[in-house]
Amino acid sequence: MTLRTEPVVVSIGPHHPSTHGVFRMRLTFDGENIIDAEPVIGYLHRGTEKLAEERQYTQVITLTDRLDYVSSMTSNQAFVLSCEKLIGLEVPDRGMYLRVIASELQRIVSHLIGVGFFLQELGGFGGTALMYAFRERERILDLFEMLCGARITVSYSRIGGVFADAPADFWPALRRVLDDMPGYTDELEALVFESEIVQSRTKGVSPIDPVLAVNASLTGPVLRASGVAWDWRKAAPYDVYDRVDFDVPVGANGDNYDRFWVRIQEVRQSLRIVEQCIEQIEPGPVRATDAMLFRPPPGDSYVPTESPKGELGFYLVSDGSIAPYRCHVRAPSFINLSLFKEMLVGWKLADAIVSLGSLDFNMGEVDR
Amino acid sequence: MTTAVTGHELADALRERFGEAVVDSTDGAVWIAPAAIAGVCAFLREDEAHDYALLSSLTAVDYVEYFEVVYRLTSLSRNAMTVLKVRVPGRDGPSLPTVTPVWRGAELQEREVWDLMGVSFDGHPNLKRLLTWEGFEGHPLRRDYLEPPLPYTWPHGG
Repeated sequence: MTLRTEPVVVSIGPHHPSTHGVFRMRLTFDGENIIDAEPVIGYLHRGTEKLAEERQYTQVITLTDRLDYVSSMTSNQAFVLSCEKLIGLEVPDRGMYLRVIASELQRIVSHLIGVGFFLQELGGFGGTALMYAFRERERILDLFEMLCGARITVSYSRIGGVFADAPADFWPALRRVLDDMPGYTDELEALVFESEIVQSRTKGVSPIDPVLAVNASLTGPVLRASGVAWDWRKAAPYDVYDRVDFDVPVGANGDNYDRFWVRIQEVRQSLRIVEQCIEQIEPGPVRATDAMLFRPPPGDSYVPTESPKGELGFYLVSDGSIAPYRCHVRAPSFINLSLFKEMLVGWKLADAIVSLGSLDFNMGEVDR
Repeated sequence: MTTAVTGHELADALRERFGEAVVDSTDGAVWIAPAAIAGVCAFLREDEAHDYALLSSLTAVDYVEYFEVVYRLTSLSRNAMTVLKVRVPGRDGPSLPTVTPVWRGAELQEREVWDLMGVSFDGHPNLKRLLTWEGFEGHPLRRDYLEPPLPYTWPHGG
């Protein structure tokens, strides 16, 4: 005898610990299987784009800190690159190197958090991996504090360069972190990927087809996990990415396992980039001096950058005044949600939580 | 380095096929007539000489006399980028065809444009409020949007 079942709609979030901030999932279940899924967002919408229209370009930098708040350095960088393109401003070499060092350290932080929460979401493990990830993150945030006095809302990149040169004791501190990081990364990788439970829970779960991934505008580690080697640092090198050597790790199956595996590999590549930057960086000015009063001519600009989440770019339209006429954020976290339904339908709730985490989105950037 | 395909180059390539639908072009972009945008996008994605598989971003700018919808296309195979723009006139219910059937990635972005700018996309499968809530009045990113006064006076009300 078969029992008659009815679909049940369950609303998860916006205040649920597994949804990475104020994100709400509207899931429809048949028994334990998901048959429909819809993301409901906007709980953290602060109108960043509207606020930017009422501020000077230089003031907008502080707004970009608050977009992806675990990756402020890269948001700052993306915004100032777009501003610099508006007036064709040349940035001194040392400024560009410092930006790249800061951005790559930030990428490590962002990926560590992503991978750390991964085990949390698989359930159990008592947050061990998360605490390991936060230990390393803490050391890098200390470095940011030395660079600019802030840990999260850094506003380090400025139009024409960076806020200030790194203090003398920054370099030995960075050296110590770089010496320890490969060991930390090995440790975290062993903890996560050598676990049989992790493998059986994540391999083959929620795979994304590469063609569909491109069609749905996915970018960043989520796209690369599907086997598409697309990285804006390689495709259109900004700052000094054309002077450093690094690989673009790609996954094979585009499943949850690959999405986290790619992030761990990217941590190693980021360490490589920072090492090379330290070798190449030379004394000099860190900021173009003519950038204090920023009033670009009418026009528009967009510079695609590779943030830890994917393609991040600011579409700026200038009407010749001191404030942008329009400032649109191409937010990777937001657009990576395009395949939310395809990823979740057919899987169970416990997998849905992990799949959601594998997108590694940040609500500050999704809602803007 | 990504090639920036200029508007003139793209306009020349599109004119022989779409003729009058190509309205204007500059170095930075090519302007397409609203009615033809879905066809042009489908062509640019499917034609092997163009192969714009990735819709990098879709957004809109309010120029008061008209809205300008901006499509930024990326070709992964050719490492090229180009920009399509569409001028949509009118303040009351401006609309143009959706490109969701061409790129899935347009779905959320078109919803966002409709929510914040009030430009609607004909044929969109799920065009409803995204960042604001159901029942929200107006479109906050429009230049003439005014925040409604609070229904109470601070700090006494609540």
